[in-house]
Amino acid sequence: MAVTAEARIAAPAAKGPRDGFRTLVGIVATAVPALLVLIVLTLLGQAMPSIQRFGLGFFTGTTWNPVTDVFGAAPAIFGTLFTAFLALAIALPVGIAVAVVLAEPGHTRLRGLIGTGIELLAAIPSVVFGIWALYVLGPWSYEHIEVPVSTHLAFVPWLGSPAVRGLFNASLVLAVMILPTLSAISRDVIKAVPRGLKENAVALGATWWETTWRVILPSARAGIFGATILALGRALGETIAVTMIIGNQYVIPHTIFQPAYTLASVIANEFTEATGPLYPAALVELGLVLILVTLVVNVLALLLVHSASREARLTA
Amino acid sequence: MSRNGRRLYANGAWLGLMYVLTLLALIPLALVLWFTVTKGLPSVIHPQFFFNAELPPCEPRCPEVSNAGVGHAIAGTGIMVGIASLIAIPVGVLGGIYLAEYTVARWSNWVRLGSDVMVGTPSIAIGLFIYAFLVVPFHHFSALSGAVALSVLMLPIVIRTTEGAVALIPNGLRESGLALGLPRWRVSLQLILPAAAPGVITGALLAVARAAGETAPLLFTAFGAHLLQLDPNGPMQALPMTVYQYALLPYKSLQDQAWGAALVLIVLVLGINLVSRWVLRRQIALAGQL
Repeated sequence: MAVTAEARIAAPAAKGPRDGFRTLVGIVATAVPALLVLIVLTLLGQAMPSIQRFGLGFFTGTTWNPVTDVFGAAPAIFGTLFTAFLALAIALPVGIAVAVVLAEPGHTRLRGLIGTGIELLAAIPSVVFGIWALYVLGPWSYEHIEVPVSTHLAFVPWLGSPAVRGLFNASLVLAVMILPTLSAISRDVIKAVPRGLKENAVALGATWWETTWRVILPSARAGIFGATILALGRALGETIAVTMIIGNQYVIPHTIFQPAYTLASVIANEFTEATGPLYPAALVELGLVLILVTLVVNVLALLLVHSASREARLTA
Repeated sequence: MSRNGRRLYANGAWLGLMYVLTLLALIPLALVLWFTVTKGLPSVIHPQFFFNAELPPCEPRCPEVSNAGVGHAIAGTGIMVGIASLIAIPVGVLGGIYLAEYTVARWSNWVRLGSDVMVGTPSIAIGLFIYAFLVVPFHHFSALSGAVALSVLMLPIVIRTTEGAVALIPNGLRESGLALGLPRWRVSLQLILPAAAPGVITGALLAVARAAGETAPLLFTAFGAHLLQLDPNGPMQALPMTVYQYALLPYKSLQDQAWGAALVLIVLVLGINLVSRWVLRRQIALAGQL
């Protein structure tokens, strides 16, 4: 049973100077937002030499040369955005299907198993996905997807030159990794759709699919969009699995199968070996770009999900 | 076919498609588990895999490494996750109590948003942050800094699950405590917290599982080691780092070690998750009785 916020407001709260406990736990809780601010400020400070040297040109430069101290982030930014959006495109239909199935009322054994399975998928460490992608998924996709597609669809500009480690395979493993986020939050949003809406549609003679497609999914639209953006944030920041499968080439590739790089994997590969004043700063600036983008994406997504579920509660 | 027939046919087709897509989502789980078990088992069945720490010297070419093991990585994961738990769990539990018991405070909304955002913060950025804060000033990599990085990752998970568990406790318990004249802190810590304990433990376990599987924040903090290191002030190995480093090396014997370490990791993490689900189910049953 849940306790509503109103009920807890009614509980007498000790007031005045003697409520030191409230101050204590309040200060402890404040550690989290404070840490977040501290992380951003620290990275900003560490990245300063690179920010001052390259300015906005950092985002358009395509060279990454520690020897001549020329650093540009464009290939890493491209790789990060491309893999994240491709992963999202692959995961979205599957994730919504899972959410629709799991949000069905009633509790069957099959649905319980599916729900547990998706939760376990979320718990698997990134590095295990990485080794699996490197030795199982990558070679399989190379042989059964990339080579046939490249030979039969070679005239399409972005397809061709297959490789075991590359953008496409990184997107595949990312799609698997963001699926649980996508489906768990979409399921909660779909469940929050007022029952009356669904009952109205059924009473009008709509089939299960017509109810789902024309009534439930449209009214859960904002929340599902929020879940999608949240999953995008996860995909942008994923490090280890992508580093193992993306191929680590600091270029903007000509086809979607070729090796590339992402912001997180450049940092993971090069930071411990970076020397001199400018090289580490440039790497930290990559991290700063990454954290600022994910912060904006996450805040946006959380506000969308919260407002969607609040709206559903008000109309219920 | 009549219009209604078409509608029913479409309904069945879409329903079928939804279930097919759902089963498709579970295929990766099955494949990851299957390959980790089959490829990892040959390494794991040797007892020395768990106890031996170092690799025999094998430069420039590693021959068959038969008595190598990942004991140093298992010990390192234990030590670092242990220290991280000592930091993150008390702080997170107190923070969660604040969020659940003082819901009306406007500040709590900011804390809530902050922890939700923090869950999604790239762990590699947390590694960079701790590097600047705890590695640079002391001029050396250390397990302690790795543990702090892991605790930053654990904190938001502990806070949010504690909040959820404490909010489940009915108000009657709170009011009866206050009616007996107990101060707020004793009500929260001695009445509410024990009643919410299973939920709080669930959150702590989930956070431990997450921390045990993280590689990225350890790369520039704990750094890794090839020997058994028990000094938290020096570099230390961890299981996920072993998987990451060995998997990328061109030696078959080390790749087998990586699969073995991946198997140990996955058993650990999924085991913790299944146990915590069981604890949580008890909590919900318990809260219903109150």
